[in-house]
Amino acid sequence: MKPSRLPLVTALVVLVFFYLPIAMLIAQSFNAAKFGGQWNGFSFRWYQELWAREDIHQAAWNTLLIAVTSTIASVVLGALAAWCIHRYKTRTQRIHYGLIYAPLVVPDILMGLSLLFLFVNVGVQLNFTTIILAHTTFCLSYVTLVMLGRLQDFDDAVIEAAQDLGAGWGTIIRRILLPLLGPGLAAGGLLAFTLSIDDFVITFLVSGPGNTTLPVKIFSMMRRSSPQVINALSVIFMSVTFITVLLSQRLTRPQP
Amino acid sequence: MKKRRWIEQALTWPSFGWLVIFFAVPTVLVFALSFKPADLSGGAAPGWTLETWRSLNNPAYPGIVWRTLWLSGACTVVCLGLGVPVAYWIARLDVRWRQRVLLLIILPFWTNFLIRIFAWRTLLHPDGFVKSVCVSLGWAEPNTQLLYNNGAILLVLVYTYLPFAILPLYAATEKFDFTLFEAARDLGATKWRAFRSVFLPGIRTGLLTAFLIVFIPALGSYAIPAIVGGPTSEMIGNKIAQRATTDRNLPHAAALGAVLTLVIFVPLGVAAYLRRRDRLDVTTTPVDEPASP
Repeated sequence: MKPSRLPLVTALVVLVFFYLPIAMLIAQSFNAAKFGGQWNGFSFRWYQELWAREDIHQAAWNTLLIAVTSTIASVVLGALAAWCIHRYKTRTQRIHYGLIYAPLVVPDILMGLSLLFLFVNVGVQLNFTTIILAHTTFCLSYVTLVMLGRLQDFDDAVIEAAQDLGAGWGTIIRRILLPLLGPGLAAGGLLAFTLSIDDFVITFLVSGPGNTTLPVKIFSMMRRSSPQVINALSVIFMSVTFITVLLSQRLTRPQP
Repeated sequence: MKKRRWIEQALTWPSFGWLVIFFAVPTVLVFALSFKPADLSGGAAPGWTLETWRSLNNPAYPGIVWRTLWLSGACTVVCLGLGVPVAYWIARLDVRWRQRVLLLIILPFWTNFLIRIFAWRTLLHPDGFVKSVCVSLGWAEPNTQLLYNNGAILLVLVYTYLPFAILPLYAATEKFDFTLFEAARDLGATKWRAFRSVFLPGIRTGLLTAFLIVFIPALGSYAIPAIVGGPTSEMIGNKIAQRATTDRNLPHAAALGAVLTLVIFVPLGVAAYLRRRDRLDVTTTPVDEPASP
């Protein structure tokens, strides 16, 4: 039987489709021309311009600070949640699991909108803290699911054995849980970190004036001017993410 | 075991409470707020009213809801249509190559998604690459507008959600027992028949996940239509954001948010129905999980 060519052809077309915009972006970031229409020669002009933009630096710094804070918060909360759902099979935990799962099926725009309502109704100013609270909320579900996946392979008997041998919870956490579940925590944390850095829609709705993150900044730059600077910014942003992803692949690769 | 119960409560409380405060309560608030009169300062005035819901009777809205539904539906169909052959191709590759190709597929999507939308805007721009290729091949007139229409939105929607369709489809295809396919062919089924009656039912969990994972986020799109769509191709998400930020009419945004929430129950309901039906006829399912190699 002659195998069909269709899957191969589709896959190649799809891969070209996936990489075309990115290749174009990289090429454009080195284009000396002010608009993308023609090629005026190779230049670092846009990177130099980027270097001088204080507002972009500030946004990048905000993004990083928000990502680190909400990663820590969501890993702590997510690890606790996964532990409870895994260990106690009570009705409370079934509701708990439902609460963890539900945010995953709600589109960003609705989540952002509902958080905006909450903050407005309570009367808090939209600022850094509201962004961190929002990011922690959507990262929490992902971290918990990653941790739950790890806990499925975890043998609870190890803990009982340690308890029988007289270990207290402090020792168990330090000597058993952290080493065995560490890679899961790291994977969940990296996921939370990238999700937070990447988020635009929710941040856009819950950020006040003056606390922009990089994606929100990019959005407002797109509406106004300087498209070529965005290309340069995108290439840097992209390189940082690629390096993080490749590193995390190294870290989380199963040990032989 | 009184003590154990107490420990469970204490450990559950932080994440449980967090999600109640920052997810459950705000979601209910969306519905509640849509029955409040708007206040000039951007909040809600005291009292209750049906005025906001009545104002949804605006003739522009049915068009926007309809556009949101068909663009998301078309995006889902295209993503599944392209995703199935790609998943099939990857699943039939050498094990060593599978991981590499999967990484190749995921990698572009670790780029911030605004940046990817922006890249498409540059590509489709009147002076852009795609336009000049199309014109030189005679597919487009020099004055054809590729941007700011429904077609551009659909293209970028597919670009954004296709990998999310490929991954679950691949996971299901990888588990599929390809000898069943050969058996069907030996018994005289045509290729198409074997594909339709053996392969597609075999990967239906993957199809269902891909459907949910593409259709629901597409329904809530905001950034894509805002960047590559024009004023005549808005989706519900754009109207929600516009009411919530520029117009500062929160009750109105809430009512639209409630409409979107209700729309989302449709695919979720379909999925729940299919899952339940699946569970009922497990006994007739011929597909067993093959042992891993």
